[in-house]
Amino acid sequence: METYTLIVLLLAATIRVATPLLLAAMAGLFSERSGVIDLGLEGKMLGAAFAAAAVSATTGSVWLGLGAGILTAVALALVIGYACITHRGNQVVAGMAVTIMVVGLGPTLGLAWFNLGGQTPQLDGAGQRFTGILWPWAETAREVPLPGLLYAELLSGQNLLVYFAAALVPFSAWIFYRTRFGLRLRAVGENPHAVDTAGISVNGLRYQAVIISGVLCGFAGTYLSTAASSGFVRDMTAGKGYLALAALIFGKWKPWPTLGACLLFAFTDALATRLQGVALPVVGVVPVQFILALPYVLTVLLLAGFVGQAVAPKAIGVPYSKEK
Amino acid sequence: MSKEPAAPPSTPDAPPALELCGIDKRFGAVHANRAITFAVAAGSSHGLIGENGAGKSTLMNIVYGFHCADSGEIRVQGRTVEIGSPQQAIAAGIGMVHQHFMLVENFTVLENVVLGVEGGALLAGGLAAARAELGRLARDYGLEVPLDAVVSELSVGLQQRVEILKALYRGAEVLILDEPTAVLTPHEADQLFAMLRRLRAQGKAVILVTHKLREIMAVTDRVTVMKQGAVVAEVATRETSPRGLAEHMVGRAVLLQVEKRPAQPGAELLSVKALEVRDRLGVARLKSVSFNLRAGEIVGIAGVAGNGQSELLEALAGTRAASRGEISFGGRDLVREQLDPRARRALGLAHVPEDRLRMGVVAGFSAADNAILGYHDAARFNRGGLRDEAAIRAACAAKMAEFDVRPPQPELRLAAFSGGNQQKLVLAREIDADPQVLLIGQPTRGVDIGAIEFIHKRLIALRDAGKALLLVSVELDEILALADRILVMNGGEIIGELARADATEEKIGLMMAGVRAEVSP
Ligand SMILES: Nc1ncnc2c1ncn2[C@@H]1O[C@H](COP(=O)(O)OP(=O)(O)OP(=O)(O)O)[C@@H](O)[C@H]1O
Ligand SMILES: [Mg+2]
Repeated sequence: METYTLIVLLLAATIRVATPLLLAAMAGLFSERSGVIDLGLEGKMLGAAFAAAAVSATTGSVWLGLGAGILTAVALALVIGYACITHRGNQVVAGMAVTIMVVGLGPTLGLAWFNLGGQTPQLDGAGQRFTGILWPWAETAREVPLPGLLYAELLSGQNLLVYFAAALVPFSAWIFYRTRFGLRLRAVGENPHAVDTAGISVNGLRYQAVIISGVLCGFAGTYLSTAASSGFVRDMTAGKGYLALAALIFGKWKPWPTLGACLLFAFTDALATRLQGVALPVVGVVPVQFILALPYVLTVLLLAGFVGQAVAPKAIGVPYSKEK
Repeated sequence: MSKEPAAPPSTPDAPPALELCGIDKRFGAVHANRAITFAVAAGSSHGLIGENGAGKSTLMNIVYGFHCADSGEIRVQGRTVEIGSPQQAIAAGIGMVHQHFMLVENFTVLENVVLGVEGGALLAGGLAAARAELGRLARDYGLEVPLDAVVSELSVGLQQRVEILKALYRGAEVLILDEPTAVLTPHEADQLFAMLRRLRAQGKAVILVTHKLREIMAVTDRVTVMKQGAVVAEVATRETSPRGLAEHMVGRAVLLQVEKRPAQPGAELLSVKALEVRDRLGVARLKSVSFNLRAGEIVGIAGVAGNGQSELLEALAGTRAASRGEISFGGRDLVREQLDPRARRALGLAHVPEDRLRMGVVAGFSAADNAILGYHDAARFNRGGLRDEAAIRAACAAKMAEFDVRPPQPELRLAAFSGGNQQKLVLAREIDADPQVLLIGQPTRGVDIGAIEFIHKRLIALRDAGKALLLVSVELDEILALADRILVMNGGEIIGELARADATEEKIGLMMAGVRAEVSP
């Protein structure tokens, strides 16, 4: 294969993998900067993936599917919020509990409703999926070697959710560093007592953050089941929620570095897929299990090597009460 | 500290800036505030004093909307206001500087000040307006702070200024300060008082909660004395004296200066040779410090905070590793053997950390558990491999009775005790362990004068029993009152030693500023 094509294909795969990762990581960013650990990312995403596919399959509208995905993820987020913010429960336990619940609940409901072994029906009707949007002159641009190919294959032809995810990073950065809401959000994750004495509701802010996290997880889940594939299958998040959390930590709880971390993880994933069955010099054909483990090995190495420099929001994981 | 000309007296018929009428508050069985009534006029400053646990912080927290009074009324400029949250207090023009600062440490000064009053959904406009307004406040009140500095990099004194700026920026007419000087160096405290006088001159009402009568005399116009939740006296500062106030507070005559016999130093108990401590960045915080402690003497370490006293104390206690040097105690070298704090305690080297609330207690544990921390595996607290609850409770009750910790309830969570009472419990724990050498940092920080008298007596009794004490304090008065020998630290070194008889405030002050004296043998 031509090198250019190879590079472009690799990058295209990176974008596909990075999109849900980035949406989830941004979701986690809002929650964690407010001081609420977001171990429920995986569960919220999975719940949204199921709801989006189920509603899209039943109604024939992917937009209704997206709405259902968002509502589901927000509902799950509120469960976590109620346990952790209102009742000051343990955030790790609440997040894990929601995830475990959804892992079982999705396929069970799927089985009851569609009788397809826990999956949702194939989304193949018109308007049941988010599909690529072709930009003008994409076909013509393909003739020009690298820039043209990049335009045709990467910029053009992505679905709406990918563009949404891309726009989300600068938008989040703007929210965090340029708006009143962002200032308060950063403050509440750092020292909720300061926020309280400034006359702002700590719980109110944290609920807002948790709900935003739910909305974004809704997008991430919907992407998985109605854009990246055509329907919900059991465990389709496959740890992406946790990977997003790792990217968030690696990105030091900041929007742009988190984008970088997501792209890095996605790239190794894409590379791993490419490398399957390819004979490498010296080592020969690498067993597929090793290659699939690559992104996770990288995660562990990166976190072990760099997390020392990452400074978590100071009040993260600590339920707020007025007394010290 | 000289008094500036008092503020122009407000017109007699103007309503007071803040008026409390019959404020009552109970925490379960504790009656923290009993029908408290007092008023503060605009352009005046009002002192609030009282023993530990008298209910001062509770009262101020009610005024600032942190706690809700069970009954009573708060009036601001003559109008009755409902204060159920800090937000309502701020709206009513009340500002508070808390004992523990309420700052976001990784924010800039400017961001901290505008938090909560950003003036619009977007930051840019609000920040610019705030910058201008803060410039004006800085000029008017002498509150210079670098606006773009990150708060965690500022000194404690500057952080406190940020807190004051926050209150003024929110339009506070009444400013409450709860033990503001507990964390300040004497120099910083003087600056604070200059600021407070300026605020008063500009017509603000200031409420100052403190245990230091010197401060009351220096900056307040009137003083309210509280005892066991009730107001027991209200007097004009001009018409009273530290002695008079102390009597009101404690209900009997208090010795502001404890009597002691000359020391009779005996054998050397602990000696330090060329001790060096480096911080994480490799900077030497303690440079070749050598001295010794003998039985039956109290050695005081004087110095401006941050000149290595804390590091010295920690290195001796074993909570910080020394990079070089020798600490001989009980025939062993603690540095070479790298003994941990528990092993050192077991040898008879006890310590009361300077920052007791962080290093000395577990706030969520009961008082009884806190009273045995570090001694929890002593035989007297254990039976058959299990905790001997009855013995632990009895030991705590005994300590509470002896040191007058209130309320005397061993099972109460430590966090529910007032600041001073928490301190007393830690002191009781370490003094009662009857160590050979006691290291003690800021023994009376945040403690009321009755308790200071008592603690000083206990420390001197320990000395007279043939123990050695090393005392680190930023209060020069305290060093002069207790120490038999005074070492002055500056820049991580001991730059001079004075026998108590030769020591004067001026001499020590000069040395603290770095002027070397001939080291007496
Ligand atoms: N949250 C709480 N729960 C239960 N009791 C409390 C609580 N806060 C304070 N108290 C009790 O109320 C009383 C008054 O405490 P407060 O902190 O107002 O004293 P204080 O005058 O500020 O003392 P100090 O000088 O030691 O700071 C104390 O007996 C304390 O134990
Ligand atoms: Mg107090």
